[in-house]
Amino acid sequence: MDLKDLYRDVILDHNRRPRNFGALTGADAQADGHNPLCGDRLTVWVRLEGERIADIRFEGKGCAISTASASLMTEAVKGKDKAAIQALYEQVHTLLTHQEATADASLGKLAALAGVSEFPARVKCATLCWHTLNAALERGADAVTTE
Amino acid sequence: MNAVSAVAAPFDVERVRADFPILAQQVNGHPLVYLDSAASGQRPLAVLRAVERYETHYHSNVHRGVHTLSQAATEAFEGARERARRFLNARSTREIVFVRGATEGINLVAQSFARSRFAPGDEILITGLEHHANIVPWQMVCEQSGCTLKVAPIDRRGEVDLGRLLELLTARTRLVAVAHVSNALGTVVPVKRIIEAAHSSGALVLIDGAQAVPHSAVDVRELGCDFYAFSGHKLYGPTGIGVLYGREELLEEMPPWQGGGDMIRTVSFEKSTYNELPWKFEAGTPNISGAVGLAAAMDYLEGLGVEAVAAHEQRLLALATAELERMPGIEIIGTAAHKAAVLSFTLRGCHPHDLGTILDSEGVAIRTGHHCAMPVMTFFDIPATARASFGCYNTEADVRALVAALGKAREVFG
Repeated sequence: MDLKDLYRDVILDHNRRPRNFGALTGADAQADGHNPLCGDRLTVWVRLEGERIADIRFEGKGCAISTASASLMTEAVKGKDKAAIQALYEQVHTLLTHQEATADASLGKLAALAGVSEFPARVKCATLCWHTLNAALERGADAVTTE
Repeated sequence: MNAVSAVAAPFDVERVRADFPILAQQVNGHPLVYLDSAASGQRPLAVLRAVERYETHYHSNVHRGVHTLSQAATEAFEGARERARRFLNARSTREIVFVRGATEGINLVAQSFARSRFAPGDEILITGLEHHANIVPWQMVCEQSGCTLKVAPIDRRGEVDLGRLLELLTARTRLVAVAHVSNALGTVVPVKRIIEAAHSSGALVLIDGAQAVPHSAVDVRELGCDFYAFSGHKLYGPTGIGVLYGREELLEEMPPWQGGGDMIRTVSFEKSTYNELPWKFEAGTPNISGAVGLAAAMDYLEGLGVEAVAAHEQRLLALATAELERMPGIEIIGTAAHKAAVLSFTLRGCHPHDLGTILDSEGVAIRTGHHCAMPVMTFFDIPATARASFGCYNTEADVRALVAALGKAREVFG
């Protein structure tokens, strides 16, 4: 396992300066995510136009993987509809959990999360934001956890 | 059984390390630096061999058979109870109940002792530094019986505010349940003072000793506590075995908490009568090999000398504390005047979880997270800490490896 593979520059950058960070005013839905194992918490807000995410922001406290993953996710899903987001999440999940998986060009910057697959204990850190987004899209304000 | 390694002063840590085969391995290309003994200690060969000998020579059920193996197993199991009695200096083996660990011991007292006799208006007093195992069982009792849970706060150093504790100790307080040593902060709690105050006020006291027994000789009679619970695996023994000490007159009047084999004297469909102490509280086939291993662990630790081990660990704690205090961005969480060999800290800009991963890549095993003490984390307004904890086998080189690995984390997250 190689630390540089986990903590790539993109990850460290998004951890230090998370994009779309802070509450979204005028949100249609929000959800809280919590990883009880490590104490990571985050909130995701979305504003919808039909099936499409018109705007998304998040806020929370977590490790670098959790924060960077959420930041990258907000950039990646903005403007996409629910079906496209689901497809994207499945690609990301495969990347996070299969060491042999190679990042498809369509993943864009999310490909920086590839190193997580070498660190199974950290997969939940990277998926928390996706579960939380899903909860916001599906169930509105209910909280989700990764446990 | 010759489980004791004679170690001449000064403390010969290299000889101790030779007793722990697990330590001689590479992790992620680096020699293992095991700094997580507060979560679980490693086992010396003396323990492994005692368990192996039991498993290969005389495993059988206890208290049941007239055959030779069963008698040998019973003798070893009850011998382990006598060993634990001596370890705690209890009056009688009737006061030594084998449980799965400190958690089960506390739950036993909560359900068998507190639940049926506490009522609305009664209070259970704990402190702000407790492990979840000494919080949740009491919350359950409060829900079941209508009594109230009170919490004596801690201060910024991680010490129990004794003044506040004494104020909260009133005629309504039925039980004080307090950790001997904080697992998250290392604070050594002045339990003797608390016990004396509680007794003068008419309350009983349970001590959660899980983090104390590896670092100090515990004498329950000298302490005067009513209950004392600890786990074997923090003491270089096996997992799944621990001890609940209870004063005999209290255990005597407590009802069994689980029914089954071994805890009965007679059973009919109309009525069953219960076994005497301590078996009344040990329903079902117990963890025999665990008890055998625990007895060997007690022999081992006392052979090294608990005080000698503690002095060695204190040197490492002092060295690590001094080194970490010098590192920019490090904040030590828990700065009590008296600490056991536990060092909790945070590194600015680097979440403890990231720190744990980076240290692991350097072969350094520490615990990261809330340490099952979420109220402590809330008090310090942090989600988690990194925690290095020291045992009898740690060395100054381990401390240096920790410091070097922290330097690496600062490079990555600089």
